[in-house]
Amino acid sequence: MGGSISDAKEKWREGALRRAIGKIGERRAAFDTSSGIPLDVLYAPSDLPDFDYLRDVGFPGEFPFTRGVQPTMYRSRLWTMRQYAGFGSAEESNERYRYLLEHGQTGLSVAFDLPTQIGYDSDHPMAEGEVGKVGVAIDSLADMETLFRGIPLDRISTSMTINATAAVLTAMYVAVAEKGGAGRRGLRGTIQNDILKEYVARGTYIFPPGPSMRIVTDIISFCTAEMPRWNGISVSGYHIREAGATAVQELAFTLADGIAYVQAAIDAGLAVDAFAPRISFFFNAHSNLFEEVAKFRAARRMWARLMRDRFGARDPRSLALRFHAQTGGSTLTARQQDNNIARVTIQALAAVLGGAQSLHTNSRDEALCLPTEDSVRTALRTQQIIAEESGAADTVDPLGGAPFVEWLTARVEEEAAALIRKIDAIGGMRRAIESGFVQREIQASAYEYQRAVEARTRIVVGLNEYVVEEESRGELLRVRPEVEEGQRARLAGVRAARDGAGVERTLGLVERAARGTDNLMPPIIDAVKAYATVGEICDRLRVVFGEHRPETGIC
Amino acid sequence: MKKPIRVLIAKPGLDGHDRGAIVVAHALRDAGFEVIYTGIRQTPEQIAATAVQEDVRAVGLSCLSGAHLRLFPRVVEILREKGAGDILVFGGGIVPEEDIPRLKEAGIAAVFGPGTMTAEIIDYLRRSIT
Repeated sequence: MGGSISDAKEKWREGALRRAIGKIGERRAAFDTSSGIPLDVLYAPSDLPDFDYLRDVGFPGEFPFTRGVQPTMYRSRLWTMRQYAGFGSAEESNERYRYLLEHGQTGLSVAFDLPTQIGYDSDHPMAEGEVGKVGVAIDSLADMETLFRGIPLDRISTSMTINATAAVLTAMYVAVAEKGGAGRRGLRGTIQNDILKEYVARGTYIFPPGPSMRIVTDIISFCTAEMPRWNGISVSGYHIREAGATAVQELAFTLADGIAYVQAAIDAGLAVDAFAPRISFFFNAHSNLFEEVAKFRAARRMWARLMRDRFGARDPRSLALRFHAQTGGSTLTARQQDNNIARVTIQALAAVLGGAQSLHTNSRDEALCLPTEDSVRTALRTQQIIAEESGAADTVDPLGGAPFVEWLTARVEEEAAALIRKIDAIGGMRRAIESGFVQREIQASAYEYQRAVEARTRIVVGLNEYVVEEESRGELLRVRPEVEEGQRARLAGVRAARDGAGVERTLGLVERAARGTDNLMPPIIDAVKAYATVGEICDRLRVVFGEHRPETGIC
Repeated sequence: MKKPIRVLIAKPGLDGHDRGAIVVAHALRDAGFEVIYTGIRQTPEQIAATAVQEDVRAVGLSCLSGAHLRLFPRVVEILREKGAGDILVFGGGIVPEEDIPRLKEAGIAAVFGPGTMTAEIIDYLRRSIT
């Protein structure tokens, strides 16, 4: 039958299609996806010659999970609507969280400021100007207690975007929960804890890759034993994509990072099926709808096969790739910013059609500042409209089986697999990062994209086409400059009130664990409970591990 | 042949988003400039010192974290203290429009927001540096 469809398609191509093109032409000489995958005019079942439905696609909740990780997907429970938020002081962020929960958000996602992410206290000279800017400032457990005041940690799930200092912030979360009477075993949430991508995008590393991988593994191992409902790592392609990677590169580099973490945990003595079920992922959702859906579907299939064949995982939960998605910040324009609502809608739809477990939708004003309350609400409503009105959530993997979608899923997989083989040949992701391979790949794509935009071979509405003169917009969210001063004063208060000897003693134990091989988490939990600060704990680790200094120079 | 113009592209503060800085650096290089990129997490002091040491004609600062009002003027200040006030300082990143007059008052010659074409920056530098 395939043969006859193939013949018929050729006949159509030579006949009706050729005549139509001869008469009216096509808009472009060639069409491709954002990753540069060339597209045919139409796909038919004959374009999938080696396609085996049961082997390659199957059923949701079953290997290879191409159609989704649960049998019922959104028919039972919608994805978690989780808006990334946090700015200024713990007090203000706490108010925003309560606002979001009141408006129907179903999980929290905490943004920390850069000093917190890079292990500097708010009074450190490097923190100057950065306190409370891109997220909430947390110096000690006192701030964390304020941040979650009145929020039932035993009933909600919390995601924390934290990497180099993930051990400290996880310890604080555990401490706050335990002080409030919730046990650590019941805590639900996710920490990013994906340090490898920080060296190639985003840049919030502290220590060199070697010790950083040890910290990551300590956290995974601690969470496996003590926090069974906690995702100890969220392997993130989001920032790699924002740094300029294509969809294919995002997929390949993310899975390659995942491979590195799994290998590291196995090398540390953990059994794969003990920790792999709690590995989660975080992908970007850009505007090229079908390529994004193909990427998510390919990600699940590739991870399932990698975990089974490369690492010998057997537990179905180890094989199922669960992911959070966020719409693409870098796709937003500063001009005509209401256009961004349309972009976010398409991107969010891609995430839903791709089977995301949770989703953040960006706000229209994010090319200029942190989002206002009003624009965050519109972003959240966008998700609710997709959920309640579009019908996209009412059947599982609605695009599955379409010749184009299955062809593109296979093609994205094939190209990503080739890139992973290249990384394997270099010696794995850590080596590929240390050699600069990954950075060069991403930078080349970023530059190529910019050139295409400037040459107008790629159109961005409102930027290089359909441009209008416009007044600048009124309301912007600004972090009050007093935040920095207030935070420093609070920090001084905490330092004055705490038991100095207890802090010294617990910090000494953190340093001792760092010098040895004991898991870092228990002494860090003791230190945060004694109100040792993020900066103080990281300074002890810096003494032992040193700091990462990337090469720079003429590019 | 005219000597190429030397430009320092720098990332002050803790912000690690360097896609824009690197794209601008590449574009300037392809346009015939000599470009030095500092890498991320530089203090204003380090940036000014590099600018003087490398004898650049212009410094491009990129910041997406919202710390630009604190960090950009500081670079100008230190350059002036070092007697290098003739070095042109320009900037870019997530900078709200209402901050631009304040930055210009502090000696930042131009600010290029999100969506700026690199061709515009190249033109600007060629016009401003003679």
